[in-house]
Amino acid sequence: MKICCLVKEVPDAAVQKRLDPQTKRLDRSGEKNLNPFDTHGIEAAMQIREGGRADVDEIVAVTMGPESAVRALHKAVALGADRSLHLSDAALEGSDVCATGYSLAKVLESEQPDLVLLGQQSDDGECYTIGAVVADHLKMPSLTQVIKIEVEDGTLVCERQAEYGYDTVEVDLPAVISVGDAINEPRYPSLKAIMGAKKKPLDTKATGEVGIDSGEVGEAGSKTQVLEINPPPEKESGEVFEDEDTAETVAKIVAWLDERKLI
Amino acid sequence: MAGILVYALHDDEGDFNKNSLGAISEAARLAGELGSEAAALVVGEVADDAAAALGAYGAKRVFRAKSVPEGLAQPIVDAMAKVIADQGFSYALFGGGLLGFEIGAGLTARMNAGVTMEVTAVKVADGRLVAERPVLQDSAIVDVGYVGEPGIIIGRLNAFDTDEPGAGRAEVVDVEVELSEWSSRARMRTRGEQRGADVNIEDADILVGGGRGLGEKDNFKLAEELAEALGGAVAATRAVVDAGWYPYAAQIGQTGKTVAPKLYLAAGISGAIQHKVGMQSSESILAVNKDPNAPIFEFCDLGVVGDLHKILPKLTEAVKAKKGG
Repeated sequence: MKICCLVKEVPDAAVQKRLDPQTKRLDRSGEKNLNPFDTHGIEAAMQIREGGRADVDEIVAVTMGPESAVRALHKAVALGADRSLHLSDAALEGSDVCATGYSLAKVLESEQPDLVLLGQQSDDGECYTIGAVVADHLKMPSLTQVIKIEVEDGTLVCERQAEYGYDTVEVDLPAVISVGDAINEPRYPSLKAIMGAKKKPLDTKATGEVGIDSGEVGEAGSKTQVLEINPPPEKESGEVFEDEDTAETVAKIVAWLDERKLI
Repeated sequence: MAGILVYALHDDEGDFNKNSLGAISEAARLAGELGSEAAALVVGEVADDAAAALGAYGAKRVFRAKSVPEGLAQPIVDAMAKVIADQGFSYALFGGGLLGFEIGAGLTARMNAGVTMEVTAVKVADGRLVAERPVLQDSAIVDVGYVGEPGIIIGRLNAFDTDEPGAGRAEVVDVEVELSEWSSRARMRTRGEQRGADVNIEDADILVGGGRGLGEKDNFKLAEELAEALGGAVAATRAVVDAGWYPYAAQIGQTGKTVAPKLYLAAGISGAIQHKVGMQSSESILAVNKDPNAPIFEFCDLGVVGDLHKILPKLTEAVKAKKGG
């Protein structure tokens, strides 16, 4: 069985994020990191490999993004992927969800995976959607926000929370599954794995090499257009203070509650 | 014609989801401005009467795909794609909720269509719909327009208000949908399983919400003792419910309950959007969190940066003393 893990490089959580007023895109300069949700996808792949219910021949980390995105791939390999694949092309810049999903599906098609795993959301925007877009292009069944995966006779048994409680769903392979952060605790990579990550095979592909129609991607191929960026409606911000003397803090809270007749 | 098609989700008892009804109300309002039609799609064995009753929220027609199962996205993508293509709808609108995200995303691929998610408002400009979407922890709002048709709009939880039902009845149109081969390769084993005790948090005036910052399951007693002193109940985030620390029935947010108590005391809750959408209408929000960068401090009324393990027990004592005195 071959598992492909989709990963994404996102601005570090500590970095103040902003939209570039010219391009109306996220300013992606500054410190970057592997999307934390995707580390749960890699860990899920490792647990399937180690669980003994399926023979996992290979785990491949796949990303789409500029040159700097190789660092996300190195991290993914340090966490357990055997090799990685980088779709990188200036033509892809400014792709919306529709164009991104199409591009990722094309690069995945070249790998013919039995299972595609990814994080259910990314720190920088597209939430919950990419997995389902990719799945439909690949004509594979799909489930998002999964918090438990068991392999039973070549079929996945997945659990997740939906509108009315917990659903248990059987999904035939090949499939695309996006996972939530409750699914596992990602391991810390060993120093040896970190050092060795750069030596693992890494392929870089341009759009033409995986059959992407360049007219369907990038800003020109996108089906949505950011028309305007506006500040959120003004909200009077509350008072935030640091707890230095807990007795004082508690007195302050009690006074605040009392003022609002909540006690 | 610029018509808008809404997917209306229902539970196993046949009751329609509140967010779906909100989406129909919103579609009807927008269709009025566009001079077009709002319609809904339902799947499964929905009774004639129940389907026609969606007209009370403004749906002119309700398309019913009886053979399509409810609860998993891909068969519903098949149904939505067919009705949109056959009837020439220009937009698909989904209320907040997990399934809407999945169906909307699948439809994006199927129809090569633009999608916007976490939408909080929709407006009409030059005869077309524009979706407003907050981004970067709600620090900016982008207006998104669509190139080509259909345009897919996935609402944020509680984004669309449900109108008071009127006297309208919708015409019910049965549709035959052929499922894609891959749509049948996921099967529901059990749906809507409740885990943990059944607790009622929706009627409480005061809620103490516990998040991952509590550290461990046993520390929920800190939240319970404080809630008891205040005369309220305990709620929880998705993260701690999934971790098995607290029952599902107490969960607030995207896939849980929506509450608006007089006081919401957030203990060790970061305030991610998925939680925020379920409690932001609370009258007063008090947050205790050790991370000064937690988003909850952006929208609370009073915030304390500190260790809740120190603060909560003392606060419980102080509240008891105040009430006793």
